[in-house]
Amino acid sequence: MSTPSPAAGATREGPITPGLLSDIFYLMRRYPLGVAGAIIMSGFVFAAVFATWVAPLDPFTTNARASLAKPGGVYLMGADMMGRDVLSRLIHGARISLAVALGATLIGSGLGAAIGLACGYLGGWFDLIVQRITEVMQALPLLVMALVITASLGPSLQNTIIAIAIPLIPTVSRVIRSNVLSLREMPYVEAAKATGMSEWRIAIIHVLPNTLAPLIVLATAQLGSTILTEASLSFLGLGVPEPYPSWGRMLSESAAEYVRTAPWLVIYPGLVISLVVFGSNLLGDALRDALDPRQRD
Amino acid sequence: MLSYLIRRLLLMVLTLFGVSIAIFLLLRIVPGNIADILFDSAGLIDPAEKKKIVADLGLDLPLPLQYWQWISGLFRGDLGFSYVSEKPVIDEILPRIPITARLAALAMAFAICLGVPLGVISAVRQNSGLDYALRVVSLSGLSMPSFWLGLLILMLFVNAFGTIPIYDRNPATWGAWFTMLAVPAAAVGFRSSALIMRLTRSSMLEVLRQDYVRTAKSKGLSDNAVTYDHALRNAVLPVITTIGVETAFLFGGLIVTETVFNIPGVARFLVEAIRWRDYPMVQNLVMFIAVVVVTVNLIVDLAYMIVDPRIRYSE
Repeated sequence: MSTPSPAAGATREGPITPGLLSDIFYLMRRYPLGVAGAIIMSGFVFAAVFATWVAPLDPFTTNARASLAKPGGVYLMGADMMGRDVLSRLIHGARISLAVALGATLIGSGLGAAIGLACGYLGGWFDLIVQRITEVMQALPLLVMALVITASLGPSLQNTIIAIAIPLIPTVSRVIRSNVLSLREMPYVEAAKATGMSEWRIAIIHVLPNTLAPLIVLATAQLGSTILTEASLSFLGLGVPEPYPSWGRMLSESAAEYVRTAPWLVIYPGLVISLVVFGSNLLGDALRDALDPRQRD
Repeated sequence: MLSYLIRRLLLMVLTLFGVSIAIFLLLRIVPGNIADILFDSAGLIDPAEKKKIVADLGLDLPLPLQYWQWISGLFRGDLGFSYVSEKPVIDEILPRIPITARLAALAMAFAICLGVPLGVISAVRQNSGLDYALRVVSLSGLSMPSFWLGLLILMLFVNAFGTIPIYDRNPATWGAWFTMLAVPAAAVGFRSSALIMRLTRSSMLEVLRQDYVRTAKSKGLSDNAVTYDHALRNAVLPVITTIGVETAFLFGGLIVTETVFNIPGVARFLVEAIRWRDYPMVQNLVMFIAVVVVTVNLIVDLAYMIVDPRIRYSE
């Protein structure tokens, strides 16, 4: 986002007290929006990890008398049809979102990177076949592919993660492949070859580490889209099943009806999804600026 | 040019062939078939009747034969019968296509009309307050689930007019027809407009740094002439690619938005078919979507060639 100025770089090497604090100040000045994103994401991870302690009420306890209770009092963000506390369900829902976001991104980027590395490095018929398969996968929109995979595997947390991870593979493998293709021509790879290093060692020791920056940038950019896809799948009733409180499903349960009668059931879950995805987008942009100067806008 | 086109068309056929095999197998690796599901839900247990249903649906045939029946039917325009409504699949899909097509076209028009100009403004006024505001808005657009935006719009309608826009096959007036489609189209298109805006901005910034832009400025051309005649023309190229890629993404937005606004289009129909496990419907719908995506990609690549004379796919 912000173009690097030599002055900003100079302060880093300047005689300011070294250590964590000065690093943080430096990052805050250089990437204020990225730091904001990091703070949002830390809050999200904190809520997910410590949900049991942070949530004021139990997310599963139903209470017929509190059905559709308005926000305020015990129910800070109101209660749903079954009288369950919306705030507590949102906090516990962070676990599902985090599990899906991390799981799908790690599996998708990991497999994508491995395939991309193999394609770029091996080339030949292997590359040709994988490229054709990639084209097949890219002929279907992400959500459509995720829907069909869940339809095939059945709804569960693991299957949702798999259904979201698989459509991520082609994008990652293409980026890594093209990166590897250019890295393979680098003089240091030639030097390694000249010293008699085996192809696989070169691929893993010299080429792989150099694809890490674009990989991290891509993976962070995908965190947000995995959260959105999970929310959409759950909204359509084909994502993570009950009793897990998923943000997307909180919006699905006759949401169009609640627009009239209980707007808090619509507003809060959507707000939380948007905030977390916004945070991951801010963080992703800052990381791209910091790690991948060629993609800077 | 012609040889490029032929090669692309052949690759397109190959891709669609791959999609058909993938979707066919994906819907058949599930344990149990439609007969089991029908029987489980209806609580029937007469094995003879079950066997008859399996035979009627052709589910006892070997997989390659089932696949051949489907594909050869596709070329004859015979897509089989829906498990649920028992009507021909083609009669169920065809009437829903124009509804989704209109919605998608309006959404894309909305996204381009909003995204490109705002992106240009943002780039020309780089690092101004306006630029920051537009960038935050576009990033929020990318962060909001489109079904939530749709629900918020519904909420706005409830509070402002007391009613929500309801889909009607035969709207009374042109105005009603327009609101009925334009409101959901804006909800779907907002995400794409945010993406197009970001891309236009970064692409414009890149072009504005070029030497020929400095030359144009130094020979005394007005700012507007430089921005629109020299820079924008070159900056829209990557934007065209995004518009192509976005068309595929748009479909995801259409699925949820048609659900929110209760619009009987193909996108929502896919989800319904999946829920009912209406596999003949699902596999044909997925094929239809793949054909649309692949065709749009080809059109975009050809458009690219026309807009930019430097690009010639000949090899």
